[in-house]
Amino acid sequence: MAIIVNEKTKVLVQGITGEFGGRHTKLSLDYGTQIVAGVTPGKGGQFFEHGAHRVPIFNTVSDAVAATGATAAAVFVPPPFAADAILEGVDANLDLCVAITEGIPIRDMVQVKRAMLGRKTRLIGPNCPGIVTPGAGPDSSGGCRIGIAPGYIHRKGHVGVVSRSGTLTYEAVFQLTSKGLGQTTSVGIGGDPVNGTSHLDVLKMFNDDPDTWGIIMIGEIGGNAEAEAARWIKANCQKPVAGFIAGATAPAGRRMGHAGAVIGGAEDTAAAKIAIFKECGIECAVTPSDMADALLRIAQARGVKLA
Amino acid sequence: MNIHEYQAKSLFEKFGVATPRGVAARTPAEFESALATLGHEGPIIVKSQIHAGGRGKGTFTDGFKGGVKFAKTKAEALELAGKMFNNTLVTAQTGPAGRKVQTVYFTQACDIKKEYYLAILLDRVSSRPVIVASTEGGVEIEKVAHESPEKIFKIHVDPAMGLQGYQARELAFRLGFSGDVFKNAVKLITALYQMYWATDAAMVEVNPLITTTDNQVLALDAKVSFDDNSLFRHPDIVALRDLNEEDSKEIEASKFNLSYIALDGNIACLVNGAGLAMSTMDIIKHYGGSPANFLDVGGGASKDQVQAAFKIILTDPNVKGILVNIFGGIMDCNTIAIGVVAAARDLGLKIPLVVRLEGNNVVAGKKTLAESGLKIESATTMADAAQKIVKLVA
Repeated sequence: MAIIVNEKTKVLVQGITGEFGGRHTKLSLDYGTQIVAGVTPGKGGQFFEHGAHRVPIFNTVSDAVAATGATAAAVFVPPPFAADAILEGVDANLDLCVAITEGIPIRDMVQVKRAMLGRKTRLIGPNCPGIVTPGAGPDSSGGCRIGIAPGYIHRKGHVGVVSRSGTLTYEAVFQLTSKGLGQTTSVGIGGDPVNGTSHLDVLKMFNDDPDTWGIIMIGEIGGNAEAEAARWIKANCQKPVAGFIAGATAPAGRRMGHAGAVIGGAEDTAAAKIAIFKECGIECAVTPSDMADALLRIAQARGVKLA
Repeated sequence: MNIHEYQAKSLFEKFGVATPRGVAARTPAEFESALATLGHEGPIIVKSQIHAGGRGKGTFTDGFKGGVKFAKTKAEALELAGKMFNNTLVTAQTGPAGRKVQTVYFTQACDIKKEYYLAILLDRVSSRPVIVASTEGGVEIEKVAHESPEKIFKIHVDPAMGLQGYQARELAFRLGFSGDVFKNAVKLITALYQMYWATDAAMVEVNPLITTTDNQVLALDAKVSFDDNSLFRHPDIVALRDLNEEDSKEIEASKFNLSYIALDGNIACLVNGAGLAMSTMDIIKHYGGSPANFLDVGGGASKDQVQAAFKIILTDPNVKGILVNIFGGIMDCNTIAIGVVAAARDLGLKIPLVVRLEGNNVVAGKKTLAESGLKIESATTMADAAQKIVKLVA
């Protein structure tokens, strides 16, 4: 078991003929992901070739879905056109849309989120590394990788990881794998202020997944998504959770790389979030090097196995 | 992106948001003609134009007090403008270095009846625009929110429908308005929302919003910022950017698509990814050091970007050591290592450099660093790297 995606998930790539989308499609194919279609308007009928793989390209998402049965999309479309690409996937009734694109206008995302109300599609991102459910093969291949995360640092196992940051997620996954702790699924929800899937959404899924035994939740300054998730954990989650919040030294009012990483009010600070984490029984990593160890500490204290 | 008050007011005018009449002057030679254009016989407010808030309570570095002043006559306004222009204003928000005033804004003084607060911004919880209003204006809204939250009113706008008439009316009623003032307030709120939406603003704040003795409702001050992600579709707004308000290192970094923010410590960092960059600053602090900057070279940093990043870092005279922290997921660690070695060599680096590489092709990367003949300290984990650089700089 894992959450959201598994090795059978059929994936289409929007923007497969772009440099960025193409490069990561190849890596996903190598990982064993079922990439069944590409979508680039005007290039329908062509093929995306990589080794023995020959992925058909379609003009529209609905054509790709009809022909291949794809249920998930990776969006590698440039910012001005990304909202349109997401909505195309929503209209084609995809189960999942993973938007990697960084720099989508916030107003576009406000409209996309409104348009998605009542629709079946789950959006992950934008401005995120995507999602990985590791497989049992060498370097965790044989799983499902949608997005840009390095597959090889993963290992199939029982820890769930959810994070707003890309490389910080890799840091956590790498620490876990180095200590022999595999992952069920690693989800990067993205660094934008308006995103499709929240920490809480992912936490609930990890909580319901019998294969996930422990959770690492990584957040940063700005917004109240981490606090919301922490309070839910306190009330509902029996599994050990370790947390880390980036940005303790960030100055107020500055956008720290991510559009959503900015301290407006007192609730936005790392200190405020860490205080809520502690109050809610989440074991806080003292430094980013301590994320996997923090999870081990709380798991041991509660007598929970992680591997 | 932020803009000046006078620029925001000109956008307000364009969208029909009522403001006191005002004219900006960008050189002393323009002062007289600006005052003539203002064409106003009564008292005048002279306002220093810098992005930072707290101007009224600020002090200039030559001891002159107040970045916003009341002048009874044109002659007095001229004199005050002369004192502000090219002078450096220090406010609670500028930091001790302050900001040089390069534009002065003259507005007509108003007979204020009462001050209010009005702002429009993104509510992250609902992912919708929220209009925030309060009967307490001219003070810090966070203070009001803390001390008397019942005086703050919020309206969430459905982005599919836009602001509805009943919502603007409800807000105006909550603020206690009636008659002409009510009508003027509804008009202003509606126009302000249109401006917020049409310009991709991140935040529009009017503090204070005022009512006057002759029943007008006016935006007395204006603080407007825009979503950087949307600037590609607003060349008219990009044209309002004032580079004098930005750190020269940050401007240089933006040319290379590097995300850099200057801080006041002495350990520079160069990291890939925003979250990792923030936590690298945090871990430096944790081990007793002080970060000199935030610097995210992005997911696919090139050799050129690494070199540009080093150059920018080294223009900060406070920097006594550098920590490079790269998690090369897909990015090749050796590419980064080659860039680091080239930059250190070209720039004749004399201060301590600690490099922590992890991920793709890390063995080759570490070999490149070791065989460079340069004094580069390699580190294994982030904790190891932070402890090493803090020790070297101490």
